[in-house]
Amino acid sequence: MTWEYVLKGIEGAFEMIASLDVEVADIALRSIKVSGIATLMAAIIGIPTGVALGISTFRGRNVLRSFFNGMLGTPTVVMGLILYLILAPAGPLGSLKLLYTEMGISFGQMLLILPIVVSFTASSIESVEREIRELALTLGASRAEATLKVIREASAGVLLAVIAAFNRAIAELGIALMVGGNIFVRGGALNTRVLTTSIQMYVARGDIDIAIALGMILLGIVFVITTVSNFLQSRWVLK
Amino acid sequence: MKRVLVAILLIVFVISIAWVLQVQHQNQTRVLTISTTTSLYDTGLLEEAIAPAFKEKYGIELHFIPKGTGAAIQDAKNGASDAIMVHARSKEVKFMEEGYGVNRKIFAYNFFVIVGPPEDPAEIKGLSPVEALKKIAEAGRSGKAIWVSRDDGSGTNTKEKALWKMAGFDYAEIKEENWFRRTGTGMGATLNYANNVGGYTLSDTGTYLKFRKDGLISLEALVDKGEELINIYAIIIVNPEKFQKDFEGAILLAKWLTSREGQKIIGQFGVDQYDKPLFFPIVSVLEKKEEPIYDWILRYGLIEDGDKLTECPQRYRYQSSLTFFEVNQT
Repeated sequence: MTWEYVLKGIEGAFEMIASLDVEVADIALRSIKVSGIATLMAAIIGIPTGVALGISTFRGRNVLRSFFNGMLGTPTVVMGLILYLILAPAGPLGSLKLLYTEMGISFGQMLLILPIVVSFTASSIESVEREIRELALTLGASRAEATLKVIREASAGVLLAVIAAFNRAIAELGIALMVGGNIFVRGGALNTRVLTTSIQMYVARGDIDIAIALGMILLGIVFVITTVSNFLQSRWVLK
Repeated sequence: MKRVLVAILLIVFVISIAWVLQVQHQNQTRVLTISTTTSLYDTGLLEEAIAPAFKEKYGIELHFIPKGTGAAIQDAKNGASDAIMVHARSKEVKFMEEGYGVNRKIFAYNFFVIVGPPEDPAEIKGLSPVEALKKIAEAGRSGKAIWVSRDDGSGTNTKEKALWKMAGFDYAEIKEENWFRRTGTGMGATLNYANNVGGYTLSDTGTYLKFRKDGLISLEALVDKGEELINIYAIIIVNPEKFQKDFEGAILLAKWLTSREGQKIIGQFGVDQYDKPLFFPIVSVLEKKEEPIYDWILRYGLIEDGDKLTECPQRYRYQSSLTFFEVNQT
């Protein structure tokens, strides 16, 4: 009984992918787009912050580091609830009209994954900092040049941080559901249904086979992106 | 350094393009956001039948946010929706009393069912709903039966509480007893749970039929007759004095739902799949006074307004082109 479901789901997934089901493709692309934008936003804010935290030695640095480390495990439902209350028209940021929109999800996921980018970036800087800096300084580099060298050496770790952040964003449900609302209108321009929310919906409706198929597509995306990044990383390091 | 700068600029550019496009779509498309109940949504009626037809006719996109009735009302109170489509009269009245909702229209009905294991250990098959609950409680206390409750403030849960009260039980008390299981989730998950533990539960017809037909559950509809089980769906529009929403659009929707065309779509939905409708149009019952449903709707779907019964009392009406059904109380 149970295995029948799983097999049917796997079969369905291949059928959907093979036949390029428009709706499924739309949902999968939206997942990538929404979480991709969230990751880009988190990267431009998080990488400089992480680098600054990794290199500098100001007072309160440890407090900030532990703050971002602590935020790594924020439950997505809690984040979703807080954001819902803030972004609802009656809430403080209601005028932005972000509730039940794609950008709303991106914004929420950005806040969720920002700590990942910051913490991992800072860690990878710290792990190479002293050695590389001293080496660079001994070889006659200026202070600024030494810092640049440190960042360059840590770049593989930074890439890993960004990939990990994207994977968390695309796989989370709480924010996508509460801030996005799983809206779907055929041919609509303002849909917010993504892979995780549609999986949740099909499970609630008892359409287990479609849910399994969508789950496999989600796993596939995460797998492909991780593999590609591993490949990039290995080439990068060899250089 | 230059490359990094270019990359940052590029990223900012991409994000702003996405944002601008979204705002543009938001301004171009007329959208109604409707907070609604899972029982309407999970059958597919809203997205597969109502939304496409309404969009074709008026060019307005309907965005449905499915939650329990309680949560849907909260959503509207937060200013997130233009209207709500729900099924719990007591909560609807409160919503309007607090000044958030106006212009309530009833548009469909069906029946709740008490479902349970085929062996039926509490022997409730064919009983009236109230008698059945008494039997289940009795069997539960002697360890022979399990009751599964959603306990999530939804419309179905509200109905369940009312039924327990009619059967002479205090919901707040019995829900602590060990034969009384609470899932706290939607109808589908609750049916699955009841199926796994061999328990009884109250379900809306639509979700039950769908799960049954797909072979997900072996629960049987044991009690499906009785006026207490009638389930009436209403649309309430958000008060334009509370939030700046699309009041006119929501009025159009309420009007269309109760029009001949809307009623026909509601009544036909699911017939090809389940051989019977999941929802029944309500307007013709009111017009033709079809007994006994007419009488049940008066009792369970309308609201007292002085010496009249109406779908929306005078004080909760907001100026619009809608008309409201009312009848003198006998």
